Amino acid sequence: MKENLALSDDILMKIEKPERYIGHEVNSVIKDKEKIKVRFAMCFPDVYEIGMSHLGIQILYDMFNSMEDVWCERVYSPWLDLDAIMRSLKIPLFALESQDPVKDFDFLGITIQYEMCYTNILQILDLAQIPLSAAERGEDCPIVIGGGPCTYNPEPLADFFDIFYIGEGETQYRNLMDLYEKCKDEKAGRTEFLRRAAKLPGMYVPRFYEVHYNEDGTIHSFLPTEEGIPSTVRKEIEMNVSDTCYPMKPVVPFIKITQDRVVLEIQRGCIRGCRFCQAGQLYRPVRERDVDTLKKYALEMLKNTGHEEISLSSLSSSDYSKLPELIDFLMEECGRQHVNISLPSLRIDAFSLDVMSKVQDVKKSSLTFAPEAGSQRLRNVINKGLTEEMILKGAALAFEGGWTRVKLYFMLGLPTETPEDIRGIAELSNKIAAVFFDTVPKEKRVNGRVQIVASTSFFVPKPFTPFQWAEQCTKEEFLDKAYQTRTAISEQLNQKSIKYNWHEADASVMEGVLARGDRRLCEVIRRVYEKGSFYDAWSEYYNNERWLETIAECGLSVDFYTHRERTRDEVLPWDFIDCGVTKEFLWREWEKANREETSENCKLKCQGCGAARFGGGICFEPRTTIAQE
Amino acid sequence: MKLRIKFRKYGPVRFIGHLDVMRFFQKAIRRAGIDVTYTTGFSPHQVMSFAAPLGVGLTSNGEYMDIEVNSFHSCQDVLERLNQASVPGIEVVSVKELPKEAGNAMASVAAASYTVRFREGRAPAADLSAVLPGFLGKKQIVITKETKKGSREVDLKPGIYRLEWSENAFFMLVDASSGGNIKPVQVIEALLAECGETLPENALIITREEVYTNVGTQEKQKLVPLGEIS
Repeated sequence: MKENLALSDDILMKIEKPERYIGHEVNSVIKDKEKIKVRFAMCFPDVYEIGMSHLGIQILYDMFNSMEDVWCERVYSPWLDLDAIMRSLKIPLFALESQDPVKDFDFLGITIQYEMCYTNILQILDLAQIPLSAAERGEDCPIVIGGGPCTYNPEPLADFFDIFYIGEGETQYRNLMDLYEKCKDEKAGRTEFLRRAAKLPGMYVPRFYEVHYNEDGTIHSFLPTEEGIPSTVRKEIEMNVSDTCYPMKPVVPFIKITQDRVVLEIQRGCIRGCRFCQAGQLYRPVRERDVDTLKKYALEMLKNTGHEEISLSSLSSSDYSKLPELIDFLMEECGRQHVNISLPSLRIDAFSLDVMSKVQDVKKSSLTFAPEAGSQRLRNVINKGLTEEMILKGAALAFEGGWTRVKLYFMLGLPTETPEDIRGIAELSNKIAAVFFDTVPKEKRVNGRVQIVASTSFFVPKPFTPFQWAEQCTKEEFLDKAYQTRTAISEQLNQKSIKYNWHEADASVMEGVLARGDRRLCEVIRRVYEKGSFYDAWSEYYNNERWLETIAECGLSVDFYTHRERTRDEVLPWDFIDCGVTKEFLWREWEKANREETSENCKLKCQGCGAARFGGGICFEPRTTIAQE
Repeated sequence: MKLRIKFRKYGPVRFIGHLDVMRFFQKAIRRAGIDVTYTTGFSPHQVMSFAAPLGVGLTSNGEYMDIEVNSFHSCQDVLERLNQASVPGIEVVSVKELPKEAGNAMASVAAASYTVRFREGRAPAADLSAVLPGFLGKKQIVITKETKKGSREVDLKPGIYRLEWSENAFFMLVDASSGGNIKPVQVIEALLAECGETLPENALIITREEVYTNVGTQEKQKLVPLGEIS
């Protein structure tokens, strides 16, 4: 058998999990290099097990490889052990399928899913031996193109990318490939290709824009530098989600990955409009996939992968209108095929409890609520349409059904939060425990106990949410809030049944800097990387001191990006992107939040967010008058 | 009904660890549409037993696993379906129905044979064909085995059934039972120690050729390949 591995046996025998780097997985696509025109390396800048679990990349991999002239291959971040070896032996980063160096490809596509992976992007470029700065790349370098949720504020990464693709990948990549091939035939050159690409819908080419700052560090202007380059970039969106590409034969890894299962995306978008949630705004309007199509997909994908598990993916899956029908179908089929169903987090009610009791072991599984805030007041501020009554009713039902474990998710540091709201976290946890003791008679209690795990994360304001103007807490404020929560829980009657977890505060602050940052942060990210940081999303490798010190070195301030409320007229770094939802709508929601007023969800009443201009989805469906709760 | 499946493992997939090969087959069996038997309960799994685990980096011409099926068309059909569902480098070479009373693959393992070569530039200086008779003539071949609880001395001699050197390769047949499993590298290390040499890191290219079961007695072994029992 022909051996074409990029790494020698000596290296592969020395490193952890060599299977991450050898390719050859079931359903991975091999094409004849001679017969294709464009080689596309698709990268998730984190370790294989995480990157391989990502649905978006699987969709694009399938889409690209269905094009006759394109061969798309995969790239992930080498783990630290291999990273060190590749640096010392100057082995160029390679794609898994062909094992060829990424630097020889036409495109390097990088999905940017979370802020703390930014240094990993530089690791990828560096190991690939591609100049970090887009400006320094020659004609031979791949075009580096970014996609994913973080591109809705791409500015902290502007220096490192040739193009950002804003929005859903299904719509414009064919046009971009055509343009690339045309420019290649014409020998138009890199800059000319990028200039023309910048005129395609959804494409943001940072080199054609210039930022001027005010004395206080806010943005004065953000303008194209050339005639014909659009001043705003509107997100791309696939309106026909039932009739577009979907990977019927996803790659099946040899090693166990985070999502070791078939993933069925049932809808895009969310009707809820929680004010802290970025995804809920970015992916508007809600578009459901046809249920019969999904049934067909499920069977086909199970057959082609041999996976023993299937899961449903979407925001707020309970809102998918055909959910009972789909789950009934899956339960019947999966039961026959010995396939497990892994349920998404569903709204706890009689229906979901019934389904859960059928697909999971009640004794072993736990119930999840995400009230996000401890008091009804604060839940109104964030527009989380979950009331205490609903939670307690759901919990009572669940306890009657035999569950004894409950997980609760909250955020600390939400706008307008008071000590009473924080106490509410403890009190709600306590009330749930009390419901258990009221509902389950003593003789029926397993071990006599109920176990409630309350977890808090720290709130990070994100672009394109009503909270994009909000002030973020400092590290000290965050930790004080966690301390208040812990104290309040310890004062509860049922405190022995409640376990409290909180997250690290350092990384949340830095995530906030990067999330709402501007172009000046490119220098920070580059320097932090050059000092040795990557895998920042892995708390054990995150070096907070280094970040703080570098921000200061660059003459910037953490507080400027996080610890101040922005005004209505401030030019935000991401204002040039049109994500469908208008700034006026977001401001309206921000004001309502401050007045503690809620907004109905899209199914009940249109809030006029602006997404209706895409001409489809929930915006054009008849409204229901019955409360969905 | 129990089927014994013999497969080869070669090429880049030699870096796939034993547990992942098991996971690979669980999924391949499902892709192949084989009517495999499942255990009952909340997390049903396929009734499956592997013979001797193969170390990462080794290739093999004789790996075995047993699976239990509710029904099957023919052994040839199972073989073809599995190969259709497989990847290059994992190749099923035979499928046999086992008699009801046959022990499972794992419990049956008594010995294994290997071909062992030196990587380029990592062969010892000594003339191995000259050293070998003396080595095999020893009463004991004691090595120190590192275990979790410390180190202990083990005599390899009774477990080396055959050891030959020709055409720059060793052929060896050694104990592979759960109680006395011998790794090829242990034998080569002991041999090199005899000539005052040490084995460099990752110096060997090892192929497992066959796995055997004992159809004789404890005292008088009769080894037959796992795939040839009737």
